[in-house]
Amino acid sequence: MPRIAAFVLALLGTQHATADYAALPGGKFASVLPADEKDAFVVVAPFRLRVAPVTNTEFLAFVTAHPQWRRGRTPVVFAEPRYLSQWQSVDRLGPNVTPAQPVTQVSWFAAQAFCESEGARLPTWIEWEFAAAADSTRADARNDPAWREQILSWYSRPSTVPLPSVGGTPNIYGVRDLHGLIWEWVDDFNALLVASDSRDQSDPDRLKFCGAGALNLRDRDNYAVLMRIAMLSALKAADTTANLGFRCAKDGVGDGS
Amino acid sequence: MIFKLRIPIVLAIAAFTLAANAADNRSIPTRELPSDSVYRLDLALVDQDGHVSKLADLRGGPVLIAMFYTSCKFMCPLIIDTLKRTSRVLNDAERAHLRVLLVTFDSNRDTPPVLKTLALQRSLDLSRWTLARSDAAGVRKLAAVLDVQYRPLANGDFNHSGVITLLDGAGHIAARSERIGELDPELVAAVRRTLAVEP
Repeated sequence: MPRIAAFVLALLGTQHATADYAALPGGKFASVLPADEKDAFVVVAPFRLRVAPVTNTEFLAFVTAHPQWRRGRTPVVFAEPRYLSQWQSVDRLGPNVTPAQPVTQVSWFAAQAFCESEGARLPTWIEWEFAAAADSTRADARNDPAWREQILSWYSRPSTVPLPSVGGTPNIYGVRDLHGLIWEWVDDFNALLVASDSRDQSDPDRLKFCGAGALNLRDRDNYAVLMRIAMLSALKAADTTANLGFRCAKDGVGDGS
Repeated sequence: MIFKLRIPIVLAIAAFTLAANAADNRSIPTRELPSDSVYRLDLALVDQDGHVSKLADLRGGPVLIAMFYTSCKFMCPLIIDTLKRTSRVLNDAERAHLRVLLVTFDSNRDTPPVLKTLALQRSLDLSRWTLARSDAAGVRKLAAVLDVQYRPLANGDFNHSGVITLLDGAGHIAARSERIGELDPELVAAVRRTLAVEP
């Protein structure tokens, strides 16, 4: 029932009323990319996350309200030429996509602008991974080989199959579609391979990164995380792909709205 | 007869237009800048003297741009060294037309007085060099357009890639160098090429 109301409101362009965010408690989280050599855990502050990826309908309402983000008007420095190329035209979804599919072919800049338009932001990588570690009954399912295997099997879905609509099984926080649907932008997508240890100043020939060093992965069995890191690290901010979308996040607040 | 007259007129108009474009990037409204211009990014900057400006205010001539932070002990001093060396290789006339912009990752700690202290310590020519700060979102967007990687650490420091970018007068990325701590002849050549086009 809320979904139908959301669609109607989105069609009317009042997208602020439709955005459904879940409150996540944050806390200590064993990160694949530790903040510090010594400490496996990072502390994630409480935050809110959109329960589903941004849909075609929602993004259409956004570019209608903000025409500088329409295909053709957005400068190439912010979105490469395939931006929203799956839509029939700049202001019409057309028959090849459905309203409830997650919007794809959107750049990081376009995703940022959408989130800013609803008083939100992109999630950080650690926030996204925190949410994605959960299944429907557990806050952290990552040690379950069967769960990891299921996620990997979704990644091998052939790309000839049309993109499903949003609306999969919610995890324990009420968040849907973190797995099995699309890759998702995060705010710090391009910072993932910058080494965590700034104390290693010993090799002056390796000046690409201040504090150069190897990626320090703690959990080599979690191949899906490796795939996500590889995917995000290969992107530039103006890039778009057919399987890359996003959802927004907000800082946590006490009222839980 | 008419055909013969038309070609010289077309050439004259083309030459005039090219000259006008080359000389006048500074007066172009930002929305008319090329679609791939970095100056399309609407970024507010506060410099070492507290002056507020926009990134796009630099359009009209070549600019070397890099990201850094003042507490950075290793790479960032080398970035400044490299920028100085690149500038010194030029002759006086060339150098007078080259601007240098350093934007800090560290929005929290690198306030204008902190930036000013560093500028004075490094004897930077503030008639052409600017040290500036933005907010965290602006820093993330600038790094995104320049393809600079950075990661805040828990102790307030940053890990980051070392990149020097050359923008031409219209804001195109004319060259990009990751050679920090040494002179990059390709970067110098690109600076000279850009200066030759935009006197």
